[in-house]
Amino acid sequence: MKIVVCIKQVPDTAEVKLDPKTGTLIRDGVPSIINHDDKAGLEAALELREKVGGTVTVVCMGPPQADVALREALAMGADDAYLLSAREFGGSDTYATATIIATGLRKIGFDLVITGRQAIDGDTAQVGPQIAEQLKIPQVSYAEELDVDGDYVIVKRQYEDQSHMLKVKMPCLVTALSELCEPRYMHAGGIVDAYNKDITVWGFDDLKNDLNPEWIGLKGSPTNVFQSFGKKPKVAGTVLDGLSTEEAVEKIMAMLIERHII
Amino acid sequence: MDFQLSKMHLLQQELYRKFAETEIAPLAHDMDESEVYSQELLQKMQKYGFFGIPYGKEYGGVGADTLAYTLCMEEVSKVDASTGITISVHTSLCCSCINEFGTEEQKQKFLRPLVDGSKIGCYGLTEPGAGSDVQGAQTVAVEDGDDYIITGSKVFTTNSGFADTCVVFALTDRSVPAAKGMTAFIVDLKEMPGITVSENIQRMGIRAASNCIVTYDKVRVPKDRVLGKVGSGFKIAMKALDAGRIGIAAQAVGIAQGALNEAIKYGKERKQFGKTINSFQNTQFKMAELQTKIDAARLLTWRAAKEKDNHGNYGPYAAMAKLFASDVANEVTRACVQFMGGYGYCREYPVERMMRDAKITEIYEGTSEVMKMVISGSMKLK
Repeated sequence: MKIVVCIKQVPDTAEVKLDPKTGTLIRDGVPSIINHDDKAGLEAALELREKVGGTVTVVCMGPPQADVALREALAMGADDAYLLSAREFGGSDTYATATIIATGLRKIGFDLVITGRQAIDGDTAQVGPQIAEQLKIPQVSYAEELDVDGDYVIVKRQYEDQSHMLKVKMPCLVTALSELCEPRYMHAGGIVDAYNKDITVWGFDDLKNDLNPEWIGLKGSPTNVFQSFGKKPKVAGTVLDGLSTEEAVEKIMAMLIERHII
Repeated sequence: MDFQLSKMHLLQQELYRKFAETEIAPLAHDMDESEVYSQELLQKMQKYGFFGIPYGKEYGGVGADTLAYTLCMEEVSKVDASTGITISVHTSLCCSCINEFGTEEQKQKFLRPLVDGSKIGCYGLTEPGAGSDVQGAQTVAVEDGDDYIITGSKVFTTNSGFADTCVVFALTDRSVPAAKGMTAFIVDLKEMPGITVSENIQRMGIRAASNCIVTYDKVRVPKDRVLGKVGSGFKIAMKALDAGRIGIAAQAVGIAQGALNEAIKYGKERKQFGKTINSFQNTQFKMAELQTKIDAARLLTWRAAKEKDNHGNYGPYAAMAKLFASDVANEVTRACVQFMGGYGYCREYPVERMMRDAKITEIYEGTSEVMKMVISGSMKLK
């Protein structure tokens, strides 16, 4: 079975601060990590490989520095790694990102694609599902348990206050929650191996035959972030105590009218 | 000259740091109190390769180098010096003897399980009457057919409470000085009849580490367990200690950095005279001095490690690193307890443990006085 795990290198938000003027993340000097949900997905893939055999490939789209995230994934036990990196890919929104990654995935080949649910720096939860749509394969998001049965994956999907058990034929895509797996550490010897391996780097030229340049990068992105801002903390609410239902309604109505809300 | 760690080393450091903070730090206090090393933690570290860092893949090791090993020693010792010595004795005393002096067969049979994480090793040289003066050793090995029979007593054998394999040194020829009459043997601590391991010796620091008296009462050891040549034991023992000192220097750096990190964290919160104690210039200057000394100790340690990795004459460099780093560890931990005042003195905070742990780095694997002998011996003073 060929499992491909998509990972993203993100700033460690435990240590990140917001620029009070622009509302954007101050990334300078902040350590980069593999996104938590993606790492859980990688762990799930490694455990599935131990159970049913096969290979685990990791794919990351990002700048050349994302190399270290892929080395970490290799040191945890992934078999091989691809970095999708090009100036043309910069500024991509979720749609353009999914377009590029889906193109890479078609070229790599897969039985099962695992992505994280969402990245801690963007929190959109869109890229995984969009990749599946572009690949025209079934998808299950919010996986909290994952198993394989022949040509099918069995997924326990978190769904508000309940869970769904789903059986899906491969090829398919699953987005992983952090709760899916507790990721293992890198192995010290795996780190040595990771730096003795080659990571395949695909730039624009490597993918351009299967990629419409109008659909990628800043230009190809249907959405743009035009402003980021912090939320103002809400003030404490007013508690109306010891009133009958009628009295309470009357009082609330009076307050709403007083504030010109109704 | 490049003072930057390679990307591979940086990732090694990240692994050791994260593991130490997540897995070791929460246990350090309780292990110190109970004087028992967690076997569960030990197995977890074995699983991730912590016990085979500078040894080749061909023997099941990690395939990294001495520099990577010092990074591990520093990171684990930042949160728990007992973990540092547990890894160090196994790696740079026990395994290094077999790696450097063992036959191919001995390496496959004894080194492999030690470095692949299935067994733990220890090293038996020090005796009740022979510390710095190794020449005073009394443990003997008498030839008997295809075997040697070892009788004697070894003290302060780190890891012996749970170790499987021990490299033990015994006199095979008492008619000549120990430097020529001592031989190294590989023994199975848990399996060979006649071996008794005492309770953990009660100590001031590194209390979680296992450190016992091992008694050998007519222990029959086959001749294929002789490490190196008969009579070359002293040379093997000294070579191992040369390498071991790099690990102890890294341990000392870790203890110092760990204590300083704790003090800095405390000083950001603790308020006296209306402001945090880190905002006083006296504090800032003191912290600056201590960090500078720690960095100097770390660079000496890395130099010794690189010299060993480059197959140079690292002995004097290792001695300088250990001499300086162990002194820094004691100075820094003492200063951190002082800085944190009454709370620093309380066992609820880790710096008092670190201060107790720091002391041993000036004593074991060659005292500071022995380090000066080694360094001055290399200076062509006479």
